[in-house]
Parts: sequence; structure tokens; C-alpha cells
Amino acid sequence: MKKHWYDNLWVLSLTYLVLGFFNILFAWLGLLCFFIPLIISLAKGNKGYCNRYCGRGQLFGLLGGRFGLSRKRDIPAWMKSKAFRYGFLAFFLIMFCQMLWSTWLVFSGAQDLRQVVTLLWTFKLPWHWAYHGTVLHPGAAQFAFGFYSVMLTSTVLGFVTMVLFKPRSWCVYCPMGTMTQLICKAKQKKP
Amino acid sequence: MDALVRKRRRAFVEERDCVACGCCMKICPKTAISIWHGIAAKVDPETCVGCGKCARECPASVIEIREVTV
Repeated sequence: MKKHWYDNLWVLSLTYLVLGFFNILFAWLGLLCFFIPLIISLAKGNKGYCNRYCGRGQLFGLLGGRFGLSRKRDIPAWMKSKAFRYGFLAFFLIMFCQMLWSTWLVFSGAQDLRQVVTLLWTFKLPWHWAYHGTVLHPGAAQFAFGFYSVMLTSTVLGFVTMVLFKPRSWCVYCPMGTMTQLICKAKQKKP
Repeated sequence: MDALVRKRRRAFVEERDCVACGCCMKICPKTAISIWHGIAAKVDPETCVGCGKCARECPASVIEIREVTV
């Protein structure tokens, strides 16, 4: 099979995760993983991001495939059901809004900056070593902590399902994948 | 004499459950699969040889290899 430049984008995904351990402000770069798929699906009406450029999917493919970290079993039927996929998307968006609200509270001065990364929306991990101050408002750092929490949580979930099921099981319930597929469906229905 | 019946294997996608991730498209050695408008995978019946790589790769396990009469 022909190799393309974009087949190596998993390096960027891995680098992103590592950089978050050194300087949390790099978490802002993760917005690219949100906006690029949305822009592609809205502008072109396809899932070009999932199909070609998703570094996270490639990383799971590599770890579960070539590195043999996956049991390669079928994913349970409920995990690929529309109810679960849309429900997870809704939950993800609600938690995302909650993260934006925390950011706003810091921007408005109502709340102090919390140097923690929240894993699986529950466990607050101290992450102060990755914050070295910023010339920007502390709210910008709060967003970085919140966004990195989202990215790390989804990576952990994806890793667990990679081990239990097939390498790219995350793609089945990835909120961005579900959202872009919905956009594509809506675009296709439009007369 | 009965006409000669030839059978061949072919991939079938359960499009209703397909998440359009494109893993099948990537692995297909015959480039017989495309993602139709970001909605579901489509198999070109003429090109598919039914090797089964896509079925093994599909994270949602919505691809099945069946025998068809040609």
C-alpha cells in the first residue's frame, strides 16, 4: 500500500500529549483537532479528517496493530449503537461547556486558576509542574488545563477500548467522528 | 447441461451501523472501498476480491464477507 505524508500524523498526536507534561499552554494546539474535522465536514461534506489525517486514530492503529496491544475482539453491540454514540456526544459537549464555564469564571475573576488536569471528568491530578506562568490572562491557562483534560481523557478511554476490542475502537464512539458524520448526513439531506 | 455457476467472495457493509472512519478504505489492497459522502463505506463489487482484511480491521465490525454467485 502506498504511504502518504499524512500516515505519519500520529507523531504529532504523541508529541501533543508529551508537550502537555512540560508546558500546559501547548494544550491550545489541540483546538486544531476540533476545528479541522468540523471545517472539512462543513466545507467538503466528507470525513476526510477521520479517513486520512486523524493522528490519534493512527496512534491507536499502530499501538494496537503493529505493537500488538489489542485483543482484536469485536466491540459490544451497545457501544456502536446510535443511542450510545449520540449520548456520548451529548455528554461530551455538556462537559466541554462546563469546562468553558470554568474558564470564564477564571477570566472574570470569580475563580482562581486551578492547576489540575481532570481525568475521566472525575479525578483531579495535580499538574502544577507544567505551568510556568503566562503573559496572557490566567484564564488562558485555565482553558489549557481544561482542554488538556479533555484530550487526555479521550486518549485514556481510547487506549482502554483499544486494548479490550479492536485497535481503533475509539473511532466508533469518538464525539468528533459522530459529529462530523451527522454534519455529512445533514448536508446530504439538504436539497 | 447446467450452466457453470461461479462463486466468489465479497465484502458487504452494514451501512446503518458504519461510522465512516475509513479504516477499511485504508487497508483495502484493491482500493475497492470508498467512504460515501462521509456517511458510510461503499464496496465496489467489481473490484472487491473478498480478502477479508477490511472485515478484520473494521473497529465496529460491520463488514461481512459473503459468497456470491456470479
